[in-house]
Amino acid sequence: MIYYSKSHEYIRIENETEGFVGISAFAAKQLGNVVYVDLPEEGDEFEKGEDFGAIESVKAASDLYAPVDCEVVEVNEALADNPRLINEDPLENYIMKVTVKDASQLADLMDEAAYADFCAKEH
Amino acid sequence: MEEIKKTCLHQRHIDLGATMSPFAGYDMPIQYEGIVEEHNAVRNDCGVFDVSHMGEVDIHGPEAERFVNRIFTNDVAGAPVGQCFYGMMLHPDGGVVDDLLVYKRGENHFLFVINAANIAKDEAWILENAKDFDVTVDCLSPEYSELAVQGPNAEKVVEEVLGLQCADLAFYTFKETELGGQPVIISRTGYTGEDGFEIYAAHDVIVSLWDKLLASHRCAPCGLGCRDTLRFEVGLPLYGDELADDITPVEAGLSMFVKIEKPELIGREAIERQKAEGPRRKIVGLELADKAIPRHGYEVLNLDDEVVGHITTGYHSISTDKSVAMAMVDAPYAKRDTPLKVRIRRKTFPCTVVPKKFYKKSYKQ
Repeated sequence: MIYYSKSHEYIRIENETEGFVGISAFAAKQLGNVVYVDLPEEGDEFEKGEDFGAIESVKAASDLYAPVDCEVVEVNEALADNPRLINEDPLENYIMKVTVKDASQLADLMDEAAYADFCAKEH
Repeated sequence: MEEIKKTCLHQRHIDLGATMSPFAGYDMPIQYEGIVEEHNAVRNDCGVFDVSHMGEVDIHGPEAERFVNRIFTNDVAGAPVGQCFYGMMLHPDGGVVDDLLVYKRGENHFLFVINAANIAKDEAWILENAKDFDVTVDCLSPEYSELAVQGPNAEKVVEEVLGLQCADLAFYTFKETELGGQPVIISRTGYTGEDGFEIYAAHDVIVSLWDKLLASHRCAPCGLGCRDTLRFEVGLPLYGDELADDITPVEAGLSMFVKIEKPELIGREAIERQKAEGPRRKIVGLELADKAIPRHGYEVLNLDDEVVGHITTGYHSISTDKSVAMAMVDAPYAKRDTPLKVRIRRKTFPCTVVPKKFYKKSYKQ
């Protein structure tokens, strides 16, 4: 199951408590060539809405916001050397794997269909 | 709120699917295919920019040369017709009103090409200072559009596609010619560090030149995004970043364009004083070891974590694949190889002072 935030992060839930966080295909396209990803560190804890890193195109830096309260259990280190992986496949190339602290917060996010509508309106 | 202005090529940009953004009061194209592709097109082949937002002021009359030499930092006295000059206009305290190109069109006849963001300020400054001179000042920005055709193949493209003879132009010279009976100014100048040309004409002429260039498929449309990455890599300043009303040419490292030996020059005393005393701060180049990108406004720290400056422009340089920046730092930290740090969000990253030409220019002399 995948959920999206209004700031264009996704969280793909693996089981009850673990998820992969990244940016949506819509956001990756809007950004253009990703040239740098400011990654969080394993063990970092974030509250819902807190910035956990940044993603940079040639022109600008965009902050990344935690979709739910979470703790980082793994960082996608491949992005440090090859940030363009995000352009190639943003869903496969997640930014961090997290433990979800409060699964009830997922209900505040959008599902795939709702997010598609949201992007259509924003564009 | 003032209504946003459009260049004569605005609809062309929309039709090409450009990402548009307000810049200096104009709705301008930032990129078409992508900044990286457009940047590389200019470095390796040829690109065309709509720079019609730039301002033009024509100055002529019996005292025009003396007036220009008083208000403009470079020395135009006795220069041949057809010469271009880079320089600045200064406030009496040495701060920069604007940086600009001056074209010598005739004896006592000059064209100033000024930054779009400064058109109103510059025109007021020029008119105010022209009061005591026998000169006529014509503010022509609404009448001119401008294209910049840049890159190693620019000469061939301009000659073969546009039918404008330009191979004979030396760097920083121009000529006035005609296309279909309409006047055109073409100069061998630019803002990319590559060979190239800037072309000024009436709006309908510029539209037809743009259409020919794009139809030829020998010239990529390029937006302001790569214009900034290109000028940055060769250490060229942008007014608002490396130059401002409260930044002097000495601080910006542009003293060579200020001819203080001239009989008259607004701002000379301040520049002489600052050169004698040494500036308190300077624009330098910085290179980071990491890939993190220092952006405009980020703090520069010394090794004791004290703020000693700020980033003026920074990118992950497309042509060199390095994270580099220009920064305004306190003079004690401006020496080459000085170790410093840049604060980027939550972290600080080590960097080193380097020459601010990150990529070698390839002008045709």
